[in-house]
Amino acid sequence: MTGHSQSSPLPGYFAVFIALLVGTGLTVFAATLDLGPFNAPVALVIATVKATLVALFFMHVYHASEKLTKLVVLGALFFLLLLLGLTMTDYATRLWS
Amino acid sequence: MPNSTLVGLHHEEQNRPELLHHFADPEQQRDASSLGMWVFLATEVMFFGGLFCAYLIYRHWYFGDFAAASKSINMALGATNTAVLICSSLTVVLAVWAAQTARRTLLLISLAATMLLGATFLGIKGIEYRDKFVEHHLPGASFSFDHEEIPGHPGQYASPAHAQIFFSLYFVMTGLHALHMIIGLGIFLWLLLMAWKGRFTSEYNTPIEIGGLYWHFVDIVWIYLFPLLYLIDRHK
Repeated sequence: MTGHSQSSPLPGYFAVFIALLVGTGLTVFAATLDLGPFNAPVALVIATVKATLVALFFMHVYHASEKLTKLVVLGALFFLLLLLGLTMTDYATRLWS
Repeated sequence: MPNSTLVGLHHEEQNRPELLHHFADPEQQRDASSLGMWVFLATEVMFFGGLFCAYLIYRHWYFGDFAAASKSINMALGATNTAVLICSSLTVVLAVWAAQTARRTLLLISLAATMLLGATFLGIKGIEYRDKFVEHHLPGASFSFDHEEIPGHPGQYASPAHAQIFFSLYFVMTGLHALHMIIGLGIFLWLLLMAWKGRFTSEYNTPIEIGGLYWHFVDIVWIYLFPLLYLIDRHK
């Protein structure tokens, strides 16, 4: 919830909207550059910044009055990273020996 | 409702028929609904997370084949769809704001615009799927991906079997996402009808907010699907 703050949230919404469109353009542009091993990390960093903007401002996590909401969001992220992180450390190191 | 509860009704509650009797105030009721939606979204994160995990494993194993298969997908359509979804997320926050500030016309326009953008997304997705069907890139008996060079490795061809794994993941992940979009359109149609009937006020607009959370989540999934499926090794 944004609560009923005095100032209008609209300028913020439009700023996030523009940032998301710029981020999309940036992702497509970065994909055309040869960044060596960094093409995938750059694409994922841009995607994560975009996703964070959507969650914090469009989904109102930043202004959430309920701390439990933030806990659920962080909990979901934690278990997702556990799933991806532990699996990939296994698969990425299987050829080591 | 039992009589004892009716006797207990005081002035404030009578003015707020939407406030359920087991909540202390509208704020608490709204926070409870919002929290429930976030818990559901957490399960959705794990649901899509399993597919992303499968994707990462196979991409790690068959990177060149994945790059060749990814290159066959129309990047312009994918980028356009990303922009379409971002626009729809903007119309959703406008709808939530319009509901909170009791702007009926803006609310109706924003909800209708969200549905229009959602339908546009699905239409573009349909064109993309059609291309894949025509090119025989749909996994199955008639799948074909012969003599497709691995980007950056002239003379080396992608393995059709490995490319088929990419297209299986492509269809399952974008298909599951599209299913979420279709469900989202249903939710927004219901919201539009309720808004048309004047069910939402500046005091009570939780369904708009909850529906909005769902829509934004589906947008976030696409924000990751776009670079992962459409943009593997495009520079080569």
